[in-house]
Amino acid sequence: MNVLSQTSAAEHSLEEGARGAKAPHVHLKGVTRIYPAVANNPEVHALASTDLDLPQGSFFSLIGPSGCGKSTLLDIVAGLASPTEGTVMFEGKRIEGRPPEGVGVVFQEDSSFPWLTVWNNVAFGLRRKRIDKAEMAKRVDAILAFTGLSDFAQAYPAQLSGGMRQRVCIARTLVLQPRLILLDEPFGALDQQTRLLMGDELLRIWRETGATIMMITHSLDEAAMLADHVGVMSARPGKFIEIIETGWPRDRTSEIVSEARFGSITAHMWSLLREESQKAMKAR
Amino acid sequence: MMKHRAIDYVLLVVGLLVVWQICHELVGEYALTSPLATFAYAAKELGDAHFWNNAGASALALLYALIIAMVGGLAIGLALGLNRLAGDVADPMLITLFSVPKVTLYPVILLVFGLGLSAKVAFGALHGIFPVAIFTLNGIRKINPIYVKASRSLNLSRSRTIFTVLLPAALPEIVSGLRVGFAATILGTLIGEMFAATEGLGFMLIKAIDENNVELLMSLTLFLFLVAATANGILLAIDHRLHRRSAAAA
Ligand SMILES: Nc1ncnc2c1ncn2[C@@H]1O[C@H](COP(=O)(O)OP(=O)(O)OP(=O)(O)O)[C@@H](O)[C@H]1O
Ligand SMILES: [Mg+2]
Repeated sequence: MNVLSQTSAAEHSLEEGARGAKAPHVHLKGVTRIYPAVANNPEVHALASTDLDLPQGSFFSLIGPSGCGKSTLLDIVAGLASPTEGTVMFEGKRIEGRPPEGVGVVFQEDSSFPWLTVWNNVAFGLRRKRIDKAEMAKRVDAILAFTGLSDFAQAYPAQLSGGMRQRVCIARTLVLQPRLILLDEPFGALDQQTRLLMGDELLRIWRETGATIMMITHSLDEAAMLADHVGVMSARPGKFIEIIETGWPRDRTSEIVSEARFGSITAHMWSLLREESQKAMKAR
Repeated sequence: MMKHRAIDYVLLVVGLLVVWQICHELVGEYALTSPLATFAYAAKELGDAHFWNNAGASALALLYALIIAMVGGLAIGLALGLNRLAGDVADPMLITLFSVPKVTLYPVILLVFGLGLSAKVAFGALHGIFPVAIFTLNGIRKINPIYVKASRSLNLSRSRTIFTVLLPAALPEIVSGLRVGFAATILGTLIGEMFAATEGLGFMLIKAIDENNVELLMSLTLFLFLVAATANGILLAIDHRLHRRSAAAA
């Protein structure tokens, strides 16, 4: 484990102690995923047996070489795919191929609906719930302001940049106030500055809502800066090689990137990932 | 931009009229009346109750045929599109059926429906239903799977997914299908009237041919052309608009 995070690891366990021995918010046991062979394609062993516990209100980042099964794992936790073996629990209930209430997902691909305006995209998930019009408008407008899309409320996704469309998807998920937020490279299409700012905003939301976050990223910096724990995955079939505890205080901001420990964490992550990424590249 | 468009259209119309006039000069009065004479004759027809009775009969048949083609085509396309396996099996069959010359089914339709409104409607609907079904089926199948995934993650019910995600996502394709289906239904209805009716514009056309009434023939053709072109133009504009809106996201 990372020696550098020892001091604040102590803080962390104190925090957990205060909450009592609560069951984890998300619990994975022996989760495996094998995509069966289709036509000429052989079966793909995407995910090796994986165990993971996410405490309520924690921020977990997933990092790993391309194609190692990160999105596969996220789909399983979201209830969008069933594991070949193993169990997934959310709030003490088993997830079985059906998305549980209270879980919000932002996908790796742009999933904004091109036939709806930005405003209606964001309101989409709310319409199903019986919320009165004024309350709905208030919530949508607030989230649009948060994601910097207020000026584009009446625009269609086709009129926006890729990064802005991704923000529409983030807004559409956040407006539902999920207790577990699953993010698959949500800032992938954004420039570095916007990324850092959105990261700060995400941290703020995380603190204010107390939601649990699981976020896939391919940026070492982003993982190290945002998360309490960073799960580093091996090349396919993916499994956790190490779960690094960052030990940042809960009210952190992007300014921690200037701390010495930040550099050590990313360096450690890279030392773990270098070899795996090479394996993944050769496999292709 | 808009102005450019208008000029293009004017040029197109003028060009067509010139070609028409030249053809008229070449083949003579008995094969092809001149544009001017045709317009004059058409104006006279438009003031005639007989013409409007027939136009009304055609419009009624077209309306019924359109409703059957659109509703039926949508239902077939949707049902097959939602069921992947059935869609895979049915797609080539639909296309084969679509390309069968429908005139071959003519005797059957006459036998079943007899002469009159139902036969015309059946013939019009038969032409229109295939393009609507095929476009709808393909529109549903071509939907980016991420939209389906997103609606699943939002826990939508099946009917809500169909109405708020699948249909809007496929709408540009569906409108293309309606446009093509519309043109095919007009064609089918007119052909139906030419063979299986005692009234309607198609019936007037066949009679004009019998009586060698070139002026009437030309006037009717002109009228039908204008109606079809206008309807197609409107649908095409909607079509373009929808496709443009979804272009960047595709
Ligand atoms: N539906 C599927 N059918 C078959 N194989 C699949 C399917 N989805 C993913 N895979 C395979 O499973 C492996 C893991 O895919 P996954 O999308 O989870 O990777 P990832 O870690 O998210 O990659 P990236 O960083 O590029 O997004 C890949 O080899 C991929 O080709
Ligand atoms: Mg992925």
